[in-house]
Amino acid sequence: MRRRLAGTVFYAACIAAISLTLLALLLLLLDVLSRGLGHLDPDFLSGVPSRRPARAGIMPAILGSLYLGLIVAVVTFPIGVAAGIFLEEYTKDSFLNRLLRTNISNLAGVPSIIYGIFGLALFVRALNLGETLLAGALTLSLLILPVVIIATMEALRAVPASQREAAHALGATRWQAIKGAVLPAAAPGILTGIVLSMARAIGETAPLILIGAVTFVTYAPNPVEGGYTVLPIQIFQWASRPQAEFQEIAASAILVLLALMFALNALALFLRVRLSRHLQW
Amino acid sequence: MTAHTTTRRTDIGGAFPGLRRRRRSRVEQLVEAFLFLSAAVGVLTTAGIVLVLATETAGFFALVSPIDYLTGTVWSASIQPYQFGVLPLITSTLLVAVIALVLAVPVGLLAAVYLAEYASDRVRNTIKPALETIAGIPTIVLGFFAINFLTPVILQPLVPGLGGFSALAAGVVVGLLITPLVASLSDDALRAVPRALREGAYAMGATRFEVSRKVVLPAALSGVMAAVILAMSRAVGETMAVVLAAGTNPNLTLDPRESVQTMTAFIVQISLGDTPQDSIQFKALFAVGATLFAITLGLNVLSNRIVARYRNVYR
Repeated sequence: MRRRLAGTVFYAACIAAISLTLLALLLLLLDVLSRGLGHLDPDFLSGVPSRRPARAGIMPAILGSLYLGLIVAVVTFPIGVAAGIFLEEYTKDSFLNRLLRTNISNLAGVPSIIYGIFGLALFVRALNLGETLLAGALTLSLLILPVVIIATMEALRAVPASQREAAHALGATRWQAIKGAVLPAAAPGILTGIVLSMARAIGETAPLILIGAVTFVTYAPNPVEGGYTVLPIQIFQWASRPQAEFQEIAASAILVLLALMFALNALALFLRVRLSRHLQW
Repeated sequence: MTAHTTTRRTDIGGAFPGLRRRRRSRVEQLVEAFLFLSAAVGVLTTAGIVLVLATETAGFFALVSPIDYLTGTVWSASIQPYQFGVLPLITSTLLVAVIALVLAVPVGLLAAVYLAEYASDRVRNTIKPALETIAGIPTIVLGFFAINFLTPVILQPLVPGLGGFSALAAGVVVGLLITPLVASLSDDALRAVPRALREGAYAMGATRFEVSRKVVLPAALSGVMAAVILAMSRAVGETMAVVLAAGTNPNLTLDPRESVQTMTAFIVQISLGDTPQDSIQFKALFAVGATLFAITLGLNVLSNRIVARYRNVYR
């Protein structure tokens, strides 16, 4: 009887833990919705930041975030996939490969703000790109790269060895087997990983503060020249102000950011379902 | 036509067997070189980070002695007389991380036990993505939630004397942030425990709770430990939620009700202002960055070590 009671109490605690966490998520969404929905109109989406919260808009921040996501995807896609192929398909048990793998997993654990410091030294100062959207996007690309590499490796690992063996049996070399048989089979997983890491890049704030994401930008950003802002930076700037009106437009901007990330997640799910439909092993 | 094609095929495959293979292998070599270079970008990044942090920190230590930096108890980077004792930043960072862990470890672990031992596949496939949604929310949004909802609506009525910015609010919101990490990694560790162990215990008449507590959890303990350490590393490096929730007051205190400044918050504060890039404050930014990097790297390596050891147990 006592043993059963202990079991029931424990089960209740498990349920409570999960409910509490999900309740926090729900409260967060409700709070942001109730504060932010009021300002979310076409004027807000197409307007530019203003000292007066009622007139402020986020067009430059939306464009900045979209450009940023695009550049990050274009940079990380070839490098990340190539690195993933090398680590998963070539010289798998060599010392070099183990070193590279350990390094990638350690890089994935480096705080994002450290990437900001590195990006400041490398892209802004040494390569003389200045505090531009391009420098910010390249910094975030380095941050996202380990995630893309790990996603690629997992997708490649899921392809059965029989696919490679069949290609080799037909006389294909290693690269021909990868190009012709392995990559097409792994494509859904790889693309999903890349879209999800784009979402992660769009939500990042801290590294861009070091790359001088200026917060008062009233024009569409130019990637290689002049100041820029992105949604999380704009949210940060408004949320650090004491006035309630600024908190409200910060909430509106959060809704736009969450919608953008939700869209990317939906796209990732769609890609995975759609592309893996014809795969049968 | 047909004969011609046949001859050609023979040429490459038979009469000149090396020709096609050599051309192919040059492509192979180029491809492999590109793949290797891409994989090396990671190593270059690591080397670059270490190099930048080391040289800039050396510049800072030419002005402030490393002993004063590591043992000093006053951090005053913007008000004269300038003092750069890093202990207030480190204790604040650890204070926030410990509060976060005190919340996230029990909650995350209970959630993991539920997912691994109790939930049906259908329930699991609904709850796990929902939990992971939290991990995907930009941390700036969690910071916003902390100052607009968590502090005024929940914490201030419960804790008398709590200000608008506090280590407590930062700790709670970072705890929320790392709970999915603890839950997800612990769930993996629990599920890696062989079914035979559970079945043996059930055969002895143990209840589900007893199996979870006395058999599965001890068997997965190292995996759970690794998850907790990784979560701590994440909490130490967290920036935006902490900047908004804890404030920017470099305060040597263990009182969670006070506003504090973590290492990450200091880095943000200096890069936001118009601090000249050759000033001592800007050099201090790199020194704090190096300290933060060393702490998180140490935690990550420790966590990996534990995982590597525990992998061998059931093989």
